[in-house]
Amino acid sequence: MISISGLLGQAFAILLALVLAPLLSGWVGQCRAWLQNRTAPPLLLPYYQLQKLFHKDVVLAHGASSLFRAAPFVVFGCMVLACAIIPSLSTDLPLAPAADAIALVGVFGLARVFISLAAMDVGTSFGSLGGRREMLIGFLAEPALLMVIFTLAMIAQSTSVATIVETLAHRELVIYPSLAFAGVAFTFVSFAENARVPVDNPATHLELTMIHEAMILEYSGRYLALLEWAASLKLYAYSCLGLALFFPWGIAPGDDLLALVAAIPLLVLKLAIGGALLAGIETINAKVRIFRAPEFLGTAFMLAVLGLLVRLLLESKV
Amino acid sequence: MSSAIPFSAQLINLFAAVILLLAFAMLAQRRVVALINLFAMQGLTLCLSTLVVAVSTGQSHLYYSAGLTLLLKVLLLPWILHRLVRKLNVKSEVEALINIPTTMLVGLVLVMIAFNVALPISELSHTITRGTLGIALAVVMLAFLMMITRQKAITQVVGFLSMENGLFLAATSATYGMPMVVELGIALDVLVGVIILGVFFFQIRDQFDSLDIHHMERLKDN
Repeated sequence: MISISGLLGQAFAILLALVLAPLLSGWVGQCRAWLQNRTAPPLLLPYYQLQKLFHKDVVLAHGASSLFRAAPFVVFGCMVLACAIIPSLSTDLPLAPAADAIALVGVFGLARVFISLAAMDVGTSFGSLGGRREMLIGFLAEPALLMVIFTLAMIAQSTSVATIVETLAHRELVIYPSLAFAGVAFTFVSFAENARVPVDNPATHLELTMIHEAMILEYSGRYLALLEWAASLKLYAYSCLGLALFFPWGIAPGDDLLALVAAIPLLVLKLAIGGALLAGIETINAKVRIFRAPEFLGTAFMLAVLGLLVRLLLESKV
Repeated sequence: MSSAIPFSAQLINLFAAVILLLAFAMLAQRRVVALINLFAMQGLTLCLSTLVVAVSTGQSHLYYSAGLTLLLKVLLLPWILHRLVRKLNVKSEVEALINIPTTMLVGLVLVMIAFNVALPISELSHTITRGTLGIALAVVMLAFLMMITRQKAITQVVGFLSMENGLFLAATSATYGMPMVVELGIALDVLVGVIILGVFFFQIRDQFDSLDIHHMERLKDN
């Protein structure tokens, strides 16, 4: 069942995720700077930051428990697992049976719980504030994400991510209106989940508005490096999931090494376009108040449910 | 299964889905000008969908319908509405009676009801567009909801026009459009209706210094 090329592909996908994720964050940051008429930071800035942080000493708060120290590893591990089961290059992934699409949402949820608990662990007010806001966003984003996944699972008749992507990539050209709804809803959710602009600003350190940054305020040194890396891995995972689900062309089917190699430049190209679009959307939108976030995510949920209904009404029969 | 649907039907389904999406966008929109633009986009989508039906079924009168839609709902009515908004100087946010997320959830329930109601009806029909009947019904109900939950007179008129869009979609999806005379009559009615309502807006504003129709609940001669 597990082939050599499958194992190779799996290992390569994980490695590529680890390497490409900071690059994607750097690219988005660069595009944002260009669009805002600022001098762009170097493309490799996230790598420099990671290197710097890994060489720094860790300063721990007095009240920090072992949970505080374990959380970065758990979060990082969750994100690597997520990147491993999302078919970014090929659909032949030996790790794919480890978690289907619903469990994938759970993996993201696990990371969220740990990072929120760790934020509250030290007992600073900003940490608790960030943790609570993160849970608010999370509990609104998760149902929308699940609805998107249910729509896709109904099309593919399976909840396994690899099977869904394979079905979508190798179907004949049929227009699915439900896919359009699900795609927009998924975009909304990924903006909220990755702390991007309409919901949170990844570049801000203004106490009153930050969510993600508030949670990792107490971290330093290699823990902070792991969390920063995990954040870029999350962005990478969501981008790859979106690309695989809604633009699945070029993903290698099964055990074809040549197609696997050909899939790499295509993935990089798709990520580059996606990152530039993300920066563009972030530039033309203003960050909404935290109390408007439920409205934003409510829209995402509504779109996802509409996709499900449209799927039932228009596409199931005939 | 899905592959059995011909390409034109897929296009029509796609357009119908976009019309539904725009109906929800209108329900969620707070600004009047953007609302009118959304209405124009809905009209354009309706026109394209009618064109596809016309091409795929060879019903020649549908071409006229599509042209009429384009002229009236994409160009003329939005232009009149934009002009009214400019003249009346209403650019502020539209206030809704219920907050937007709740409205959306109510809308979602309405869509479910509409889909369930339309399902047995559309089984009786033999047009290639029969699947969109549920969407048409949903658009009508969403437009109703918009008229109920909005306070400003202009948004209620946009809701009324959007409802007409839904009815038009229902007509094309159930029976390939109404007879030409009826269609012309409705188009003229809508046009005249908007013009008369435009005059009303000025009267309402002169009387109450506002377009909030709540002031009209106590109409007494005193």
